[in-house]
Amino acid sequence: MSIAKIGPHDLGGDDAGKVSPLSRDLQWWEKRIDALYRLLADDRRMILQVDELRAAIEALGDDVYARHDYYERWTLALRNLLIAKQVLDEAEIETRISQLKQNR
Amino acid sequence: MNHSDHPPHDHSSHDHQPPPDEGRQLSDVQYLEIALRELLIEKGVINADEIRAGVEALDAVTPAQGARVVARAWCDDQFRQRLLADGSKACIELGIDIRPTRLVVVENTDNWHNVIVCTLCSCYPRLLLGLPPDWYKSREYRSRVVREPRKVLAEFGTQLPAGVSLRVHDSTADMRYLVLPRRPANSEHLDEEQLAALVTRDSMIGVTLVQTSLVRTQAIPD
Repeated sequence: MSIAKIGPHDLGGDDAGKVSPLSRDLQWWEKRIDALYRLLADDRRMILQVDELRAAIEALGDDVYARHDYYERWTLALRNLLIAKQVLDEAEIETRISQLKQNR
Repeated sequence: MNHSDHPPHDHSSHDHQPPPDEGRQLSDVQYLEIALRELLIEKGVINADEIRAGVEALDAVTPAQGARVVARAWCDDQFRQRLLADGSKACIELGIDIRPTRLVVVENTDNWHNVIVCTLCSCYPRLLLGLPPDWYKSREYRSRVVREPRKVLAEFGTQLPAGVSLRVHDSTADMRYLVLPRRPANSEHLDEEQLAALVTRDSMIGVTLVQTSLVRTQAIPD
């Protein structure tokens, strides 16, 4: 029996390789993006909700979803959400990234 | 950290500091993280201290929280019944408030074994177990554990006795599962705290069992 996939995140039942029981420690930036999300979603700010983050991750598309790992997907989804909610605009994000790259 | 080689050290592995990001080539996504964070700080949406406190809070929750809940359920049958009836409510008795998320505790017995997964993302009882391990978030685990769970368990070195049925529970953003493992045999002499020390993260996900061998090697010497 095969059931249509609802998106790139819909993995249940797929073929895949062996599970590696290894787990690495998270990097600082991964913990920071997790903390950032929780601040944006807290009772005081309520800028976004967990379901919106999940939906934004699912909306990244097959290719982006497959090429990035867990917190990379969070970061890309948060960028899109913050732009959609007009908290940040796309141009200022791109400008800042260029400046950061030049200064390193 | 290889948890399959060192199950008793599950708790302490979360004490390590993660490697610093500096001194390496940053990826585009890492630049994006810095840009988002700096811009949000400059606009006064968040501040740097809040990020630091958030990271510390992440590091503070370890599977020891879940282990306390399991050990209490093993020692206090009334609590066990309340836990199985309403996990979120029972955890408040131990000072762990996971509301508004609903916690469903599933109990391993002589006849049933339970495993948890989130096939669609990586929903996980973080306030009881800390952050999920990489493999819980992996394509391999999410894809296969719902279809061939015994094979996946074997990759963790777990063989269920013949005649034990297996249930796989798929979590959602609003509803998280925790496995209540079976209390190991020959552990009658251990108190609640000693029992909690035996309960590993992986046993509360359901991919391993709580081992009696740990009782012999770890708890009896004193």
